Amino acid sequence: CFATEASPKVRPISKILISNRGEIACRVIRTARKLGVRTVAVFSDPDEKSMHTQLTDEAYRVGEAASSASYLRGERILDIAKRSGAQAIHPGYGFLSESVEFAELCQREGIIFMGPPSSAIRDMGIKSTSKAIMAAAGVPIINGYHGDDQSDECLQREADIIGFPLMIKAVRGGGGKGMRIAEKPDDFLTALNSARTESEKSFGDSSVLLERYVRSPRHVEVQVFADHYGDAVYLWERDCSVQRRHQKIIEEAPAPGLSEDLRRELGEAAVRAAKAVGYVGAGTVEFILDKEDLSFHFMEMNTRLQVEHPITEMITGTDLVEWQIRIAAGEPLPLKQSEITRRGHAFEARIYAENPRGGFLPGAGPLRYLSTPQPSNNVRVETGVREGDEVSVHYDPMIAKLVVWGENRTQALNSLVARLGEYHISGLDTNINFLIDLASHPEFQLANVHTGFIDEQFDTLFPPIVISPQQVSQAALALVLNELQAAFRNGNKDFDPFAATPNARLNYSLVRRYHLKANEKVYSVAVKFDGEDMQIQVDNGDWQVAKVERVQDESRLKIRANINSNITTYNASIHGTKWQGRFEVGQPKFLSAQGDQMGAVGSRIVAPMPGILEKVLVKPGDQVKKGENLAVLIAMKMEHILKAPKDAIIKSIGGAEGDNVAKGAAVITFEEVEK
Amino acid sequence: LFRSSSRVLCSQVRLLHVGDANVLPSEVDKQSAEYKENASEMARLVGDLRNFTSQVLKGGGQKAIERHTSRGKLLARERINLLLDKGSPFLELSALAGHELYGEEVVNSGGIVTGVGRVCGTECLVVANDATVKGGSYYPITVKKHLRAQEIAQENRLPCIYLVDSGGANLPRQAEVFPDKLHFGRIFYNQANMSAQGIPQIAVVMGSCTAGGAYVPAMADESIIVKKQGTIFLAGPPLVKAATGEEVSAEDLGGADLHCKTSGVTDHYAVDDEHALYLARQIVSNLNLPATNSYNDQLMHSSQVNFQSATPPSAVEEPRYDAQELYGIVGPNLTKSFDVREVIARIVDGSRFTEFKKLYGETLVCGFAKLYGHTVGIVGNNGVLFSESALKGAHFIQLCAQRKIPLVFLQNITGFMVGRDAEANGIAKNGAKMVTAVACANVPKFTVIIGGSYGAGNYGMCGRAYSPRFLYMWPNSRISVMGGTQAANVMAQITEDQRKRAGKEFSEEEAQKLKAPIVEMFEAEGSPYYSTARLWDDGIIDPANTRQILGLSLKAALNNVGQETKFGVFRM
Repeated sequence: CFATEASPKVRPISKILISNRGEIACRVIRTARKLGVRTVAVFSDPDEKSMHTQLTDEAYRVGEAASSASYLRGERILDIAKRSGAQAIHPGYGFLSESVEFAELCQREGIIFMGPPSSAIRDMGIKSTSKAIMAAAGVPIINGYHGDDQSDECLQREADIIGFPLMIKAVRGGGGKGMRIAEKPDDFLTALNSARTESEKSFGDSSVLLERYVRSPRHVEVQVFADHYGDAVYLWERDCSVQRRHQKIIEEAPAPGLSEDLRRELGEAAVRAAKAVGYVGAGTVEFILDKEDLSFHFMEMNTRLQVEHPITEMITGTDLVEWQIRIAAGEPLPLKQSEITRRGHAFEARIYAENPRGGFLPGAGPLRYLSTPQPSNNVRVETGVREGDEVSVHYDPMIAKLVVWGENRTQALNSLVARLGEYHISGLDTNINFLIDLASHPEFQLANVHTGFIDEQFDTLFPPIVISPQQVSQAALALVLNELQAAFRNGNKDFDPFAATPNARLNYSLVRRYHLKANEKVYSVAVKFDGEDMQIQVDNGDWQVAKVERVQDESRLKIRANINSNITTYNASIHGTKWQGRFEVGQPKFLSAQGDQMGAVGSRIVAPMPGILEKVLVKPGDQVKKGENLAVLIAMKMEHILKAPKDAIIKSIGGAEGDNVAKGAAVITFEEVEK
Repeated sequence: LFRSSSRVLCSQVRLLHVGDANVLPSEVDKQSAEYKENASEMARLVGDLRNFTSQVLKGGGQKAIERHTSRGKLLARERINLLLDKGSPFLELSALAGHELYGEEVVNSGGIVTGVGRVCGTECLVVANDATVKGGSYYPITVKKHLRAQEIAQENRLPCIYLVDSGGANLPRQAEVFPDKLHFGRIFYNQANMSAQGIPQIAVVMGSCTAGGAYVPAMADESIIVKKQGTIFLAGPPLVKAATGEEVSAEDLGGADLHCKTSGVTDHYAVDDEHALYLARQIVSNLNLPATNSYNDQLMHSSQVNFQSATPPSAVEEPRYDAQELYGIVGPNLTKSFDVREVIARIVDGSRFTEFKKLYGETLVCGFAKLYGHTVGIVGNNGVLFSESALKGAHFIQLCAQRKIPLVFLQNITGFMVGRDAEANGIAKNGAKMVTAVACANVPKFTVIIGGSYGAGNYGMCGRAYSPRFLYMWPNSRISVMGGTQAANVMAQITEDQRKRAGKEFSEEEAQKLKAPIVEMFEAEGSPYYSTARLWDDGIIDPANTRQILGLSLKAALNNVGQETKFGVFRM
């Protein structure tokens, strides 16, 4: 336990319950173990065998798959905490971490909630309240006018106070309609009238609000910590500007391009913000930083430990979970502000199950193959999954966080790119390749980041996919190697002449054909086996001499291929029909033809991704028109509507509302209407 | 093609120098003119072999192939490729059967592809009709090749998979394919008896199975038929119409639907060739046979442990010398001798050979070696067989039979020694001892004819009649009762004697006239192509591939290691 002083605020902690799952649960367990604190995990049904339930000292079932039936059930979790004798609850991030009710419940039941007092959560949770408190505490906020007086004079006056550039927004507006930017005071009235007219036309209302416009906003946030004794410190800032779908994917600390004065200003403003709400524990104060003039404005405060906290740990040499536990136990802050140093630069990349080229559509599925870069003092792989686990549709699709540290930004970024290249996952789509492209992007390298970065650089981040014959050859050679190893898996190659003479034919050479599909194109590859040597031909091109071997190292699927004396080493994994998520192998026709034999006629609509069948809008026998909505599938908070591909009569529905459906499962079968 | 695999360096640290004492030395002068000439000549012969092979791969020719594939059917060898495990070698037998056998009629590979390959980890014997060749109909050589394949299956206990696509007996040649003991009927006799012996019989009907052919699936343990391709009936639509006047389509008379749903003649319904082959693999995977890789277990119990180390070696040693050098060592001129040990050194593991009775009967080389880790006894010729050589050979063969060690014969033999001394020494009875030993030894035997195979030497060295499990020929080899020149001289001598008795002259000119056609005939009939066309062997092989092919053959043969040997009377 970590309380030495006798004080009413000191409450020894020897066992904590973690009301979370995945990597953050594992992260908390690791530090707790280091401190000799026992841990209690909770798990939903699909998580029974997941990593966090295996790492922990004890684990309890908390409910069914859906978060609302498990990780969000505060009373049940509290009950488990009491039964298991945990003195404190670590909420991680997400789930109950910012629930005022849960924090209050803990307080009532005498269990330490490892977060701020519920009042601080409440204050920070309400935007207008938090802004008012911040303004009062001298923290810069985004100026604006939301008043009822809509006269030109009043608006002009307010505009001059707020400053330019300025955004005029229809109160009822949306989708950019009724929105204008006034660059300078002279433009204001013209822009105002234009916004009003459009708003009137679109929404039948011409009321507008004014807000300071930040053209290229950066998302910069400050890590703060406060103890029970009114002390608070900042642990420098992070830049989390690069986002997709308003979610962060790559973060760095410290924020690039800031002067030491600005850093201190940001930190001190954040500490003022924390003190203003009587904060205790770990928190993050988010600011919008104007890329142009480097002015900053309070946005919100996250009253929890954030996903990206490891980069702060890397540059300050701290263990923030340890800090949380010590502070919760009533200890004072481990370090004074002057003792908190900063060294080097750190990046975090979030590895998600998603399809960047498909609008970052979240995915789910089995992690059939997983190999990570080697962790070291400078490389951390924060994850809650292992090979063979499943990324569930029920929870966040984040697979891991890769955290790297370097002496400076360039070194850290080089390391990030290199380590990402060593991260290999297959079985589902991931954003690893996208992260590599992003981290290697010249503008990112120059730290020209802002929240619109991905949209702005879209074309250069997603260049057209070009598949070289070399890549096709590599894929085919990986298949060949895999086949040979599969065929002779059980035999000792050396003592088995069949294995020692793969693909041998008498007095001629076997030619085997492979059909690989990638990027909607089918490549025909011929491989001629000539003893241990091979020749390979893509789409009737030239025959090239090829050799392929498995490289023996910890990465189990590394392959070295020599194609026409060009040696490349690459990772490949083959699962079912996919190669590295890029190439699909042609399937025998009979697999689909068998359906005919079974008497299944007509056609079907399959789930494009794993998800939950939210709504079924038709029933068997319904006649539908082409393009009509038939069902709604939800995957990771994203709606996907299944539409009728042609005029048809519905034959059957492959599930009830609320059911999980696998990718490729037939959701609806129909019969085409003859015309 | 087999290319000798990359040299595996000896992974063990051999502390004692004595470890290499059994490695055969090689005294080949690769710079000599003779070596170079041999090498280029042998390369030409192997080139011919590959050319002939590439010809037969074309089956019944481009048109027939197009007709066949346009129906969605795969070619015979494509079917086999899909049937076998990916990566499995295919030990194709007698690919050149039927070579120049029927004059104008080209019956490539005898219209049937046979061989041993691995299916779901089990070595199987595959027989696939090539419907592009004369509709897959059975010529006499087709029957012979089918029966030989079944014989191999039976001797080595290999499951049989028949990929049937044949119009049945070749009617113009019915007399040569139907009535005799080893004719068409024997196929079904074999199926029944192999099934009785627990050797699985699997038929995949991928085309016609008419008349007698209908019994292939009907007599199989399990059968598969391909929808709209396979048909099975005792009489086809034309014959039915002629016999009963009934008009019926082939599909209705004996298609997949009929036989899977109504008659029950076939057990599994496939939508296409690929599906049928998938189903055949499924059948093999459920045969419940002992794992073929029990080979490793056998190794553990074999005499693998050597003197230097208490544990078996972790890897098989490749021969120390390049197999390609056999080209330069052997050459096509059979009158020139070479040391058979140079050949052994390029076939066996680590070129290690423990010779038996090295100083006695030196024209026969006997000894033990390992082939892919398995102990074999090797018998090779280094000249004509004398009484001592024959006695040594008989002794050695008895050792192998006693110890259940497979035998490999490397045949390059002009015959047993002739002449007064030899006869007086009892060459006849001593030769007979060796022949008795070879005939009775109940272990897997393998013969490779690497040079000449003449006269009784062929018998003593386990010729076709002595039932080696597999017999292969090198492209430089010759086989006949004696050499052409000798035969011609014998004939000339006899004629001269006849003339003399009649008091007539026999001029040198007449003698030449008599001898020339005999030499020519022996020349033609002694060719390995003449042999392989008639199935006197199981195929002509590239000398450089001998190790690999013997290895595959040995592996297949080990499915039946043989029973106790009981020798006949050795005449003392």
